[in-house]
Parts: sequence; C-alpha cells; structure tokens
Amino acid sequence: MKKLFQTLGAGFLVFVLLLLAACGGGTSTGTGGTPSSGSNLNIVFLPKAINNPYFDTAASGGKKAANELNGSFKQVGPSTASASEQVTWINNLTTQHVSAIVVSANDPNALAPALKQAMAQGIKVVSYDSDVAPDARTVFVNQANSEDIGRVEVQILGKQLNYTGQIAILSAASTATNQNTWIGFMKDELSKPQYKNMQLVKIDYGNDDDQTSFNDTLSLLQAYPNLKGIISPTTVGIAAAARAIESVNKGGKVALTGLGTPNQMRKYVKDGTVQQFALWDPGKLGYLAYYAASALIQGKITGKQGETFSAGTLGTYTIGANGVVLLGPPTVFDKPNIDQFNF
Amino acid sequence: MKLLRKQLSAWSWEALLVVLLLLTIVLGNSLSPYFLTPFNFSLMVEGLVEIAIMSLSMTLIIIAGEIDLSVASVLGLASVMMGITWNAGIPLWLDIIIALAVGSLAGLVNGLLVTRLGLPSLVVTLGTLALYRGLAFVILGSQAVSDFPSAYTNFGIGDVPGTLIPWTFVLFVLLALLFIVVLHRSWIGRQIYAIGNNKEAARFAGIRVDQVKLLLSVLSGLLSALAGIVLTARISSARADNALGFELFVVTVVLLGGINIFGGRGSLVGVILALFVIGGLRNALGLINVSGDIQNIVIGTLLVFSVLGPNIAQRIQSALSRRRLAAGSAKNV
Amino acid sequence: MTTTSEHVQEADTLSRRSGNRLVALVGRVRELGLLVVLLLIIVVVGVQVPEFLTLSNMVQILLSISILAIVAIGETLVILTRNVDLSVGSIVGFAAFVAANLFKQNPGTSLLLGILVGCALGLVLGVINGLIVTWGRVPAIVATLGTLYAYRGLEFLYAGGNQVSASDVPDSFLSLATAPFLGIPLLIWFAAVLALVFGYWLRASRTGRQLYAIGSNPDAARLAGIRSGLLVFGVFAISGLLSGFAGVLWGARFATVDATAASGLELQVIAAVVVGGVNIFGGSGEILGAMLGALVLGTIDNSLSFLRVSQFWLQAIDGAAILIAVTLDAFIKRWVQRLLITRRQR
Repeated sequence: MKKLFQTLGAGFLVFVLLLLAACGGGTSTGTGGTPSSGSNLNIVFLPKAINNPYFDTAASGGKKAANELNGSFKQVGPSTASASEQVTWINNLTTQHVSAIVVSANDPNALAPALKQAMAQGIKVVSYDSDVAPDARTVFVNQANSEDIGRVEVQILGKQLNYTGQIAILSAASTATNQNTWIGFMKDELSKPQYKNMQLVKIDYGNDDDQTSFNDTLSLLQAYPNLKGIISPTTVGIAAAARAIESVNKGGKVALTGLGTPNQMRKYVKDGTVQQFALWDPGKLGYLAYYAASALIQGKITGKQGETFSAGTLGTYTIGANGVVLLGPPTVFDKPNIDQFNF
Repeated sequence: MKLLRKQLSAWSWEALLVVLLLLTIVLGNSLSPYFLTPFNFSLMVEGLVEIAIMSLSMTLIIIAGEIDLSVASVLGLASVMMGITWNAGIPLWLDIIIALAVGSLAGLVNGLLVTRLGLPSLVVTLGTLALYRGLAFVILGSQAVSDFPSAYTNFGIGDVPGTLIPWTFVLFVLLALLFIVVLHRSWIGRQIYAIGNNKEAARFAGIRVDQVKLLLSVLSGLLSALAGIVLTARISSARADNALGFELFVVTVVLLGGINIFGGRGSLVGVILALFVIGGLRNALGLINVSGDIQNIVIGTLLVFSVLGPNIAQRIQSALSRRRLAAGSAKNV
Repeated sequence: MTTTSEHVQEADTLSRRSGNRLVALVGRVRELGLLVVLLLIIVVVGVQVPEFLTLSNMVQILLSISILAIVAIGETLVILTRNVDLSVGSIVGFAAFVAANLFKQNPGTSLLLGILVGCALGLVLGVINGLIVTWGRVPAIVATLGTLYAYRGLEFLYAGGNQVSASDVPDSFLSLATAPFLGIPLLIWFAAVLALVFGYWLRASRTGRQLYAIGSNPDAARLAGIRSGLLVFGVFAISGLLSGFAGVLWGARFATVDATAASGLELQVIAAVVVGGVNIFGGSGEILGAMLGALVLGTIDNSLSFLRVSQFWLQAIDGAAILIAVTLDAFIKRWVQRLLITRRQR
C-alpha cells in the first residue's frame, strides 16, 4: 500500500509537470480569459499594508472615483509592510487578469519582476504614494512634490526649535521609496546654513508598525536625552511617537512633526505635543490614481510626458517627466484648522 | 493484526492527503475560473519553491527526532550574503558558493550544539532563529540589494523555454526525487528512521547517531541557503527580512504531510502532497482576494484536524471493538 | 545493632537527600546567576551612560516587560508539564483588539467589563487548546501551531482590516497601563502580583508539585494517580486566561491596535522562559526564573538603546542570550550529575 502511494505521489509530481508543459508556451492569455478590452474597469489597489488608516482613506477616494466612472474597486494587500507578500498579491491579481493594479511599494525593486510580468499580460500598472522602478509601471501618482514634502517638515521643526538642537527621524520601512526620497531632501535642507545648530543624530525605521515605532521612539528618547525634536514622515510613526512622547511626559519638551492624519493627531495638537504637521488628502490621492488608471485602460493616455487626462472633480492633470503625476502641494495642519478635516 | 493496522495507518494518511488535494482542486475551481489554468499553476508553484525546498530537509530532521526552527533565518542570512558579495563585485557563481557555505556553517553550528552539548534542538534553533536573523540585519542593515544580473533573476522568475514550468520548480523536483530515493530507498534513510524511533537502540545497533544528526543539520542549513538563493532571484532583491516567519509554515507543511512530530514515522510523499494542498488552498483563496491571515485559519484548522481526526477515528474504532469484545465474551458466558 | 545493609540504606538515603538538596541548590544558583548577570549589565551600562540608572528608566524597563511577563507565567506552567503553547501571541492580539474595539464602539463600557471580556476570550481560546491536547491527544506543539494560525486568522476576520487608535478609546482604558499606584504604573503591579501569586502557588500547593511530576515523568505521574489530563487541560486554560488579560493590557498600553498586534510574541515569551532556567522538556523551573529571564532580556534590550548600539543587533543578542543560557544549563546539569555520582560512590 505504501509503495502504491509513493508511486502515486511521484506520479502526481509528473502530472503537474506535464500539465504545465503541455499547456505552456509563451503567454497564456488564451486560457485565462482575454485581457481587459478597454471598457472594463476592474481596478485593484495594492497598498503597502491593508490595516492602515491612511491607505483606507485613499481607498475611499478610489471607491468614489469608481462610482463616478462605473468601474469596480477592490483593495488587497499584506497585513504587514512586506515586499515579498506584495509580490504574491501581484501574482494573484495577474492570474485574475484585472484591468489595472494601483500599487504603493514597500520596495521599488522587489516588485519589479512581478509587475513587469503583469504588464506583459496586458494589465496596466500605476503606482501611487510610493513608487516602483520606473520601468515596472506606466504612471506614478505622487501626492505632492517630494522635495516640498521633505523641506516643509524640516522647516516646520526648525521654526519650532528656533533652529537649535538634536533631532531624529522616525521613518517607515527602510527601503520604502517615498521615505528615502523625502529623507534625502530633508538632509539636503538641513545642510543649509540656517540649520547649522541642528544635528540629525539618528534615522530610525519603524516599519509602519505601531508597536515598533512606539518602542523605537522610547529608545530614541532614552539614548539621546538632549533630543529636541522628531520628524516622522509616516502616519503610523507619528501617531506612535506622539503617544510614546506623552507616555514619558515629554509632551512639549520634545517637538514632533511629520506626516499624520488629522483624526489621529487631533488629540496631540490640542494638548500641545505636536504644534504642526503636514499631509495631503489621501482620499484625493486615491481618487486621482483611479482616474489615471482608468485613463490608461481606456487608452486616453500612454504615460508620456505632456499628455493630459481628466480626473473628475479634481480637474485636468498633466503627466510630467518620467510618467509622474503630481496631486498638489502638501497641507499644513495646526490647532486653528485641524477641526475642519475628518480623515 | 497490529501489522495490518500499522500499514493501514500509513495508507490512510496519504489517502487522506490525496482526498484533500482533490477537494482543494474542486474547491479552487469552484471559487475562481482562473484556478485550473496552467498560468496559475505556474505562478503558484513558483511561489512555493522556497518552502518546498526547506520542507525536504525539515522532513528528515523531524523524522530523526529533532527540529530546526532557524531555517527561515538561515535563508535570510544567505540572501544577505548574496547581496553583499554581489555588491563587493564578486562574480555570481562564487556568491552562490559563499552563500551555500554560510548556510551549511549555520547548520553545522546548530548540529554541534545539539550533538556535542546535548542541548534540545527546539531551544537551540529558537536561539539561532534570532541570532542568524539578527546577523542578517547587522550585515546588510535595512537596505536591499537589487541590481543582480538578468541571468540570475531570469532563473528565479522565468520558465523553461516553450513551457510554463518555472526553472526553480525543476530544481525542486530534482531535489525531491533525490530526497525520496535517499530517505525511502537507501540505508541512510533507514538509519534516520531508526534514530527517530529509538535513539538508544539505534546507537546500540551501531548507527552513529550523532554523526547522522550533524549531517542532517548541515543539510538543513545548506538547503535553507539554497532556498535563499532562489528567493533572492525570484524577487530580485536581497533583504535581511526575506522569508520572515517562514519557519512555522515549513513545520506546518511537514506535520500536515504525516511526519510524526516525535520522530520515526512519515514519508516524503505525504509532505509533497501536503505542500500542494496548502499551496493550492492559499492560491485558491488568494484568487478570490481573501487576505493571507484569513487563509491561515484554513491552514491552522487543517493542521489540527489532521492529527485530531485520526485520533478521534481511532477512539471510535477501539470503543466499537471493545463493545464487540464485551458482547462477544458475554455471549460465551 | 545496625546491619551493613541498613548502613548502606542510610548512606543511600542521606546521599539522595543531599542530592535533592543539591538539585534545589542548583536551582537557586541558576536564579542567582541571572541576578548576577542582571547586576553586571546594570553596572557596566550604568557606568558608561548614567541616564540608564535613573528610576524612571528602571520603571521603563519594567513596563516594557510586564505584558510579556504575565504571558510568561502561563507559558511556564504549560512548559513545566512537558507541553508548549505557541498560540499565546495570537490570543494576546485577539484579546487586545476585542477589548480595544469594545471601548471604541461602546464608549460607556465599564473598565471591569472590558477586562472581563478580554479574559473570557482568552479563557475560551485556552480551553480549546486544552481540549485539543488532552481529549484530542494532539501533541501540544502541533495543536498550538495550528491554533496560532487559526486564532490570528479569526482575529483578522473579526477586525476586518480596521484599526483602533488611541483617540478612539477613553482615557480610563489607557490609564489601566499607566496610572501610578504608589508611584509605580499599574501595569507593573499587575505583573508583580500575578507572578507572586502563581509563584507561591506553584511551590507551595500540591497541585503545583503535581505539575512538576507530570513534566518529569508523565507515565509515573499517571501511575501515581495524578489526574494529568485534567491538570494539563487546566494549565492551557490558565495560559489562555493570562494571555487574555495581557491582551487587554496590551490594548491599554499601545492603544493603536489592529489585527497584527502581538505577532511573534510567543517566541519572545519562550525565550524569556528558557533564559529563566525552565527546562523545555518540563519538570523543572520556577516562575521567579521566568520573570528574571524576562527582566534580563528586557534590560539588555533597553541598555542597547542607551549604548546607541544599532537596533539591528537586538535580535542577534537575544538569540545569543538564549544559546548561552541553555548551554550554561547543560553544563550545570552535567556538573551536578557528575557530583551526584561521585558522592554516591563515596
């Protein structure tokens, strides 16, 4: 009996191989269903991680656009910011022959092979929030000028600290494209003469995980007792850092700024732990990304510089160099205006 | 009678797995029209190869009565080695050899701690799980190395020309066939089973228990490093956090495959079947966009019931036979 | 007049008694050893970075390990009986989310109710574990590996991708972790009291001794009339209950909870227990040891940030600590055995 099953098992392996071999040969678009013909807007968002309020807000923007365009909207993704899990999802979506994948990358290069395979199957790829390697996508919807984002945060902190003191950066995943671009501009801004009395002592990576960011902030405060300010350009990081600072009663003594959502930050703005922080409307970002994806699907744009497309209530947008579309400038939130927003 | 029951139990586990596999295929097909397509199978097996490779060596280790929880960390370490050697300009073939050597060394350390110092492998590999992963992070930090040559990445993600069979799957099939022969048809395999069944008896029978266990540990490290080389090629990215958390998955595949956690029983065929059951279920659920963690409910429940089920069945069986015996003896009175 | 055989018997009993005393002494030595290591770290780091030695930092260290310590109490009980509970991380996470979400959806909920809900959930999940292991006769490592996945997945199903933020829950809930009682945060008190209660119970009660017996020699224990099945079921239930309670405290301390909370906690807990001298095969070890193990690991982690060692070294050092602890244990055991043999020969 055992031998029977051993042979069966070996036979099964062979069977799988034969199956793959027999129906193989180049693309398999024939067996999987025809790729999107242009009017079918089956667009799926693949954020860095799915239990993240920032991306949920972007998703609601995407949903709104889907309603306006009579398309379908879905969001899938890993529960932790993992690049290899995103690859698995990209493969799943490729097999399902969706019309377009709108992705925010945990790692610009790890996703490239899978995305290129998706594009080879006729699926449109748009990146948003955090870019992938440019040849693995057609359009990148950037929330705001990366340079603006980086510099504004340093400017906010500098003003608050009177341009003196030690500061640290609490980032997300170390390979996250957007984080590294912004940090690059932050460092450049810090090298300007007016910041000569400010020192960047550490860049910490909280991986967009609340517990890690919380504990890392506590470690930062311990390791650098003279730390005056923290920049956290990630909504998960800034929320965790605010709580950590408060938990050791340093609210007001250590300045905190970065990118946060008004709802998470409201409490800390009102009690003074955070004076100002920036963001843009993630809902608009998702909305714009959906419109860009649908314009690609319908052949209205091909990703070349100078092309324009309509984005519903946001107006018309033009594609810049390298297929980048810019949403607009970042918004600065503070005590006077924070109650006007709800996300 | 006992021999028959033993044969029956070996027969029934693989039978159960075949049934599960068929159920999985039926379920997958009903959930998504894309499931039973060669393209899907191709992507699915491609995503399974690393776990598959690691489960081959894990099977042997568990049969021998030990466990290795550090496999995913060795994978990460090997991936990192690929990254830094490539960055240092060392040619690719040498990078691969270095990575394999590092993995084997890691396995050797595990094996020495277990055999020479007599430490329990569960705890040793728990420690090296953390140590090796930590070393990976210390070496590469949080960067990623991605500028590997296309020949390497094509191996990871490409198929044999003219077919949809991933190159990496071919590698796995070759390894699997080798392992099946070694475990089930060679004297080494018999020794491994003997050690797992009764370590002392095996030693008295002249088997060099410590040497075999040491060899298996090195093998485990070697194969984990190989899996790391494959993963790095597949996602074209050497990262310290590659394969984070995979070890529990590998153990799950092996246990579902019928390998007794206490050693001495089980077959590789079962493990391969279990691999496809788990891979197929995850793939099918992924095609209807069920999140990975919810997929795990199915996997976890399957694991528990794979042992619970036969236990309950055996209970019922013995209760019934006891009743029969009692009725029979009552008749004789 | 005493015969030769009586002499031999007396000598044998004496040697066995001194052997037992020796083993007990070694146990103390183990814990003393941990204390020494702890003091060493404190002194070495404190000399280099004085800020490490402040009272507020000591409190921080205790805070950072309190939740882990509570879970470790339950895990110790399970491991003593020659089992293991890998699902504790999932139970903690599940309870954390359910409790935090309860407060988010129903802001008026009483604190006590929230705690009870979390504990009840933990208890139920622990009971399921216990049933699978005792009634189902599934090896603990297999059973709890499966429930690790199943419980985490159920939590995801329940959470639906949502998150509870600090701004969603009432301050009274958050204060559960931070409110000071006699200057020390409540969270630390919870851990300390539970450790003392369970530690004493384990050592002083008959049931506690029976747990050790089950772990040392399950067959002998059963033959001696100990109701192993019931007791093992009980420790899994307790482990679940404690994890549930720890989950509620997790929600209170970290406040931003989603379905991934406490992932990977189980390995940290087992590490603390092992470093604390609890034998992974059961039969020996103390709650105090586990607490010291957690403290040593927590102190190492904390000191690394003061020494400005890159955070990447953290895991490697934790792994090395486990290996060193286990190796030391093996050497000590071998030394004791050799000592006992030579003593008997005399």
